[in-house]
Amino acid sequence: MNAPLKPNSFRSGPDENGRFGIYGGRFVAETLMPNILELEAAYREARKDPAYLAEMEGHRTHFIGRPSPLYFAERLTNHFGGAKIYLKREELNHTGSHKVNNVLGQILLARRMGKKRIIAETGAGQHGVATATLCARFGLECIVYMGAVDVARQAPNVFRMKMLGATVVPVQSGAKTLKDAMNEALRDWVTNVETTFYCIGTVAGPHPYPAMVRDFQSVIGEETREQMLEREGRLPDSLIACVGGGSNAIGLFHPFLDEPSVEIYGVEAAGHGLDKLHAASISGGKPGVLHGNRTYLLMDADGQIQEGHSISAGLDYPGIGPEHSWLNDIGRVTYLSATDDEALEAFQLMSKVEGIIPALECAHALAKVGELAPTKPKDHIMVMNLSGRGDKDVPQVAELLGTKL
Amino acid sequence: MTTRLDARFADLAARGRAGLVTYVMAGDPDRETARAILKGLPAAGADVIEFGMPFTDPMADGPSIQAAGLRALAGGQTLRKTLEDIAWFRQNDAATPIVLMGYYNPIYIYGVDAFLADAKAAGVDGLIVVDLPPEEDSELCLPALKAGLNFIRLATPTTDDKRLPTVLGNTSGFVYYVSITGITGAATPDFGKTAEAVARIKRHTDLPVAVGFGVKNAEHAGAVARGADAVVVGSALIEVLKGSLDSEGRATSGSVAAVTGLVGSIAAGVREARKAAE
Repeated sequence: MNAPLKPNSFRSGPDENGRFGIYGGRFVAETLMPNILELEAAYREARKDPAYLAEMEGHRTHFIGRPSPLYFAERLTNHFGGAKIYLKREELNHTGSHKVNNVLGQILLARRMGKKRIIAETGAGQHGVATATLCARFGLECIVYMGAVDVARQAPNVFRMKMLGATVVPVQSGAKTLKDAMNEALRDWVTNVETTFYCIGTVAGPHPYPAMVRDFQSVIGEETREQMLEREGRLPDSLIACVGGGSNAIGLFHPFLDEPSVEIYGVEAAGHGLDKLHAASISGGKPGVLHGNRTYLLMDADGQIQEGHSISAGLDYPGIGPEHSWLNDIGRVTYLSATDDEALEAFQLMSKVEGIIPALECAHALAKVGELAPTKPKDHIMVMNLSGRGDKDVPQVAELLGTKL
Repeated sequence: MTTRLDARFADLAARGRAGLVTYVMAGDPDRETARAILKGLPAAGADVIEFGMPFTDPMADGPSIQAAGLRALAGGQTLRKTLEDIAWFRQNDAATPIVLMGYYNPIYIYGVDAFLADAKAAGVDGLIVVDLPPEEDSELCLPALKAGLNFIRLATPTTDDKRLPTVLGNTSGFVYYVSITGITGAATPDFGKTAEAVARIKRHTDLPVAVGFGVKNAEHAGAVARGADAVVVGSALIEVLKGSLDSEGRATSGSVAAVTGLVGSIAAGVREARKAAE
């Protein structure tokens, strides 16, 4: 395969067909096409409407609690003994992760479109909780599809969603995890297409979702840029974030893509190792078509989708957002991977050294910070996206470390 | 270019009756049983065969077809084997049109050009690929048409008059009208409304219109046949096959007959429909 041509800007995608290079697109059943086109048109209007943007800004400030701090992690910096490490504190958002940034944008759009029934898929439950929260805030019906396996291992989040008034539907089909939850949400949407808004939780799915979710998450990178200029008087030298579907990562990266001096790293979940069970679509998969888009996927030689495995339920999806696939192929972002064991170690390290319990997802990024930071000079500024808090993971980590709660 | 599909629908029109399109899954529950069912369909009354290509993540299908695909995959079915099964069928049947139905990823991974060449050589007549709307025609539809295969598109209740020309643009063979907004095997549609929908589609095309999704028995099939060129039945066949399996999910001596028996009864409903209406 020829290397794709370098574009003038890394921020101009997708094209009118929803493509980032060969990735993305609209690979959906005909029943959904009119809705996807309607959504695209509605979003195109909304993003230019000052009233919509002002409403979003107000809720960001007063409901989510933005801007999130850009925090100098002094003790981690000293511990690793190299780059100066900053954390973008997305875990301090209402509901405990970056997911709420996207859900707010989509729910306000659903309201504009007059849709009163909201469906969502969730893996670890963070997106489900964020969706249930905003549906409660705006009085909308909320149905969350969650693989039966995830329902069992993320019981606290299931209860949170129910407290917030959502209906949680355990998905019994297929492998009963996130990809099956997404299949089931798509089936619901096909069936209830007139009344229902599908609130996708990451930068994947058919166009316009990857671009729309990225736009809503880009507040992370935009704030980081401003805060860094204020704190250090210059841009950071490197950015790093964990990548499952990749919404927190693209949110941090996108505003910096056209800054050639900024190195960018995404960290996938290597599970038990890339030669064993893992969830690293770019490092260990190949391009294919699933859930409405072409992107790197985990699959067998016959094109059958394989299960992802990660210690983190938020990363064990067998795909990745199409823009990440393109940024990989074009060489703008470097994709690394961290194993379950590395993440578990980083989880404990950040808790003890910095006084912050990170989500297991983010612990993957921290594991690679631990490798990269010591190789950089002391004036190198590295920003890691701390996209979620680890409270939800405490029962699981306790069990892994042999503690009965 | 006249394909087996064109010839079959012309013949049905000449006889003044609707056709029966039957959907079964390749490799379900095992390859030998699926082959025996495939071979038995024309004699049982199937005018056109849709042969399902198993996929792990069939996002527009209901539980019956999902489970059938997973049974087939667990038994080792692959796209290559599915094409071999059709070549095997063609040794004894040169006339019954066969349409492969499924999702794009296995075809994409097989390689579009290689797949089209091998499908044509095996005796496939058309393709229905659920997750390739007209917006993605350059992926497979246009190359398939060039290779001499029909590309059959699904039209749905959400496909309004404005969008119909887009959907029908590169469609050939027949148009598959999905009678409900929903997944396969779900609710039973209001069959009175399907006749209106078929008439609406026919204002935009000369192609035959087949109606499916929700047809479960001879009575439904008869109701649809009065207003359409063909009736599609799928999930009901998969269900009756599943009901014939043993507790371990294996085929029994009654499995093939369970499917062909239901096809026979539905075929009778289809053939009697217009006579009854006269």
